[in-house]
Amino acid sequence: MDSKYYIVILALVAIIAILPLAMYNGMGEDEGYFGGADDSAGTVVEETGYQPWFSSIWEPPSGEIESLLFALQAAIGAIIIGYVLGYYNGQAKERRKQQKKE
Amino acid sequence: MHIMEGFLPWQWCLFWYIVALPVVAYGVIQMKKITDKNPESKPLLAVSGAFIFILSSLKLPSVTGSCSHPTGTGLGGVLFGPAITSVLGAIVLLFQAILLAHGGLTTLGANIFSMGIVGPVVAWLVYKGIQKAGGHPLLGIFFAAALADLMTYVTTAIQLSLAFPVPSFAAAFNNFMYIFAITQIPLAIAEGLLTVVIFDYIMKLKPDILENLKVIAPKVKEKIQAVV
Repeated sequence: MDSKYYIVILALVAIIAILPLAMYNGMGEDEGYFGGADDSAGTVVEETGYQPWFSSIWEPPSGEIESLLFALQAAIGAIIIGYVLGYYNGQAKERRKQQKKE
Repeated sequence: MHIMEGFLPWQWCLFWYIVALPVVAYGVIQMKKITDKNPESKPLLAVSGAFIFILSSLKLPSVTGSCSHPTGTGLGGVLFGPAITSVLGAIVLLFQAILLAHGGLTTLGANIFSMGIVGPVVAWLVYKGIQKAGGHPLLGIFFAAALADLMTYVTTAIQLSLAFPVPSFAAAFNNFMYIFAITQIPLAIAEGLLTVVIFDYIMKLKPDILENLKVIAPKVKEKIQAVV
């Protein structure tokens, strides 16, 4: 696949992510939108009368700290992928240069 | 797909731990074997883990109006098989359980089962199936990643319905399927597309590693090299 198609695919992904934002524009968490699916499942479980028997040993004290840790998680992943693929890319370029010389 | 801390009765916590732990243990052994035999696959292993790190941290909005996240386990499942990917998944889930209060230690076994085991198994089966049928590797990786993502959430729905069959298993399943699986459909497609991009790029740069890992056939490799 030619790399120019990457842009097309990534644009599609962006559309998938943006579409719900456009559909429910103006709605917020107060209207019941954009909450986490994990939490809604938790609510359903609690409605059955179940009492959670264990709670997290540590919780991010605020939404800010939570987003810090999520960003950190994504950043760790991105650094590794960028490093390895960049290294591979350099290797591939060098290999092609050598082949041309021969 | 994260079942929250304490949200499964302890019998189920234990059950899913017993199911998940042997697979993770086997995965650790496999991981050592494959990196000994194929040391150059190590960076790719890191990429597969990193891909799970990124994708599972991205909570995306969906058409149902709630947010959920992709899993990223399809790539590892196809490249290294389900057992090794379960180890990568377990690392990510442990990170999220301890630092983010996302998922939990008691429900870790159940979450490893859905995201770290069922997802990669589905990815691996779908990819191999499409490969056997003669389909293009990119077609294989798309369906492998998308279905792995979706089936992870279906598994969570099943796990919760088994633990809370109120008023009946079928009714609970319906309920949880709506929360998890319907929300997940567009995100699964997005994950499939993203995995296609990274897989294609790896295939272009390092076809020989993929051939060694038996992910692509030698014929496919020659074709790619002729194009590049």
